Amino acid sequence: MTIMKKLLTTAVASAMMVGSAQAEISNDTVKIGYLADMSGTYRDLAGPNGLKALEMAIADFGGTVNGAKIEVVSADDRNNPDSSSSTVRRWLENEDVDMVAGLVASSVTIAVTKLLQENDSLGIVSGSAASSITNEHCTPNHIHYVYDTYPLANGTAKAVVQEGGKEWFILTADYAFGHALEGDVTKVVEENGGKVIKTARHPFPTSDFSSYILQAQSSGADVVALANAGSDTTNAITTAGEFGLTQSGQTLAALLLFLTDVHALGVNSAQGIQLTTGWYWDLNEETRAWSDRFMEATGVRPTMVHAGIYSSTMQYLNAVKATGSDDAQTVRKQMMDTPINDMFATNGKIREDGRMVHDMYLAEVKTPEESENEWDLYKIVRTIPADEAYRPLSESKCSLVSSN
Amino acid sequence: MTMILGVPVAVLFGQLLLGIINGAFYALLSLGLAVIFGLLKIINFAHGAMYMMGAMATVIMFDALGINYWVALFVAPVIVGCFGMLIEYFLLRRIAGQDHIYSLLLTFGVALMIQGILTNIYGVSGMRYSMPDLFQGGFKLDFMYLPYYRAWVIFMALVVCFGTWFMIEKTKLGAYLRAGTEDAQLMQGFGINVPLLISLTYGFGVMLAAFAGVLAAPIYSVNPVMGSNILIVVFAVVVIGGMGSIAGAIITGLLMGVIEGLTKTFYPEFSSAVIFLVMVIVLLIRPSGLFGKEA
Repeated sequence: MTIMKKLLTTAVASAMMVGSAQAEISNDTVKIGYLADMSGTYRDLAGPNGLKALEMAIADFGGTVNGAKIEVVSADDRNNPDSSSSTVRRWLENEDVDMVAGLVASSVTIAVTKLLQENDSLGIVSGSAASSITNEHCTPNHIHYVYDTYPLANGTAKAVVQEGGKEWFILTADYAFGHALEGDVTKVVEENGGKVIKTARHPFPTSDFSSYILQAQSSGADVVALANAGSDTTNAITTAGEFGLTQSGQTLAALLLFLTDVHALGVNSAQGIQLTTGWYWDLNEETRAWSDRFMEATGVRPTMVHAGIYSSTMQYLNAVKATGSDDAQTVRKQMMDTPINDMFATNGKIREDGRMVHDMYLAEVKTPEESENEWDLYKIVRTIPADEAYRPLSESKCSLVSSN
Repeated sequence: MTMILGVPVAVLFGQLLLGIINGAFYALLSLGLAVIFGLLKIINFAHGAMYMMGAMATVIMFDALGINYWVALFVAPVIVGCFGMLIEYFLLRRIAGQDHIYSLLLTFGVALMIQGILTNIYGVSGMRYSMPDLFQGGFKLDFMYLPYYRAWVIFMALVVCFGTWFMIEKTKLGAYLRAGTEDAQLMQGFGINVPLLISLTYGFGVMLAAFAGVLAAPIYSVNPVMGSNILIVVFAVVVIGGMGSIAGAIITGLLMGVIEGLTKTFYPEFSSAVIFLVMVIVLLIRPSGLFGKEA
């Protein structure tokens, strides 16, 4: 009986939603829910400053859209898919949230996008890395905006193999993101004539990496690749330095490093490390100008995720404005039809699988001599064009891709 | 080359040595917990936060005042130890004699607050701290490269562990301490200031945690959440060793370091769980822990 009742109410409710969704903004409010790690390992790459970036975008947009007010709610994901799912469920079902922004840990994102699909709402993923988010886990209800593991592998791993690093040891964080990155890297290494001779999967988080560094040293590999993130990566790099990994002729490749990680390591420890990034604050006039404003508000330079949150929120609000609707599918379609040209991307494009493709950059951490201040950290080695950087649609396993 | 289960013996030696080094950290941290529990019956969930404060104090003192590692090695534990005594005096004293769960919840709350405040100020990415120049480089052993600093860690940890054990079990001060917590009224009658003794004991336990924090500063990412990651493991070590057993905490710490190190070599995915597996087995067979006195 209760099940019948539930089914009926859901049916009626969804019928009403479809009816009212055509071209208006529900409740005369556009409500954005910001979900990110606000206190744990991934706090600094998105976190409270990501919320600032989101609020900057809303303020720059003017605070209202077609007369409707824009509201923001936020929550700490605690890197926990279960508690995050209940937060987002509450947002979508009881609090009329129209769009979920932020979205950092890949495991959280994959859980949340399923809910977004059930409720036909929209999510814009800025923090997560797993490329599976727009591959086997794609939904018509989310967009993956800043970067993913495919260009990370494609940028850094390709460059390192081409410089002669043929035999690889991969140290992987043992969860969705690490596995995705390990898979993408292995593919790139093998395609370019290299070989992965050993992988070790460490629990997340780990503070002592000496045991793994020793395994890497004794493996005889040319390259030791770190398929992890945040303090796991900085801890591993520090330990590699202490155990003289690079002095003994091995190359250290960090596959995902954020500006905040490099800042924490300092140029002394991090110099020479090659990394792939979706954006850097010191690329050009426009990025510098925006990052100066961000720094005024937060005291730090923005990561690519902060910039992506600002840019994607702007794109979202523009799409709501243009269509006069906050219906997920209407807005998503409008966003797909509009090329992205702003401080974040040039000719960025949202594909049918939800992947926003844009140019990526292969960067190298500056030496202490080159670095002029604490945030002057990268020199850009090469721009990786968008269509070369991301997984081509022809290889996609996403059910939304028309060829599938 | 001789192999054991597909791993060269030389590599295995290296892993054993690293296990002992990590075990020395566990020993140092669980020692403080064991002192606090054994003598004061307080379950100190703020221990991880105190370890973190030791490391953070080292970095902050260096950044702000240029205080070097050697000075920090003494000063940081003293500062954090004094902070611990304040917590004892203003908070823990008020719940003395209550069930253990009160001290557990109180110290857990304190830890979360300290961690939250520092996260707000410093973020979680970690702070830079360079290795003292003296420790740059390492020994080239046959089977591995041993950085000087790791050798220093194991040396210092063992000295402090042994010193603490000796002081509590073999000296007059230790006897006062043990007697004071056993029968406070009688000791008061002998003219011993028991409340001060309790404050000092808590402060000393906290100092041990902060000392481990200073040792960790040059090799681990120093950030406000570093203590919460290690705390649960250290508690497991104390439980395995036998709550309150000082020698038990030290020996079990070293043992667990080695077991964890070997797991990292043969089955890394399981390395964060192996200590808890040992804990379950030990509790089933010896509920009071390996070295615990029967309750």
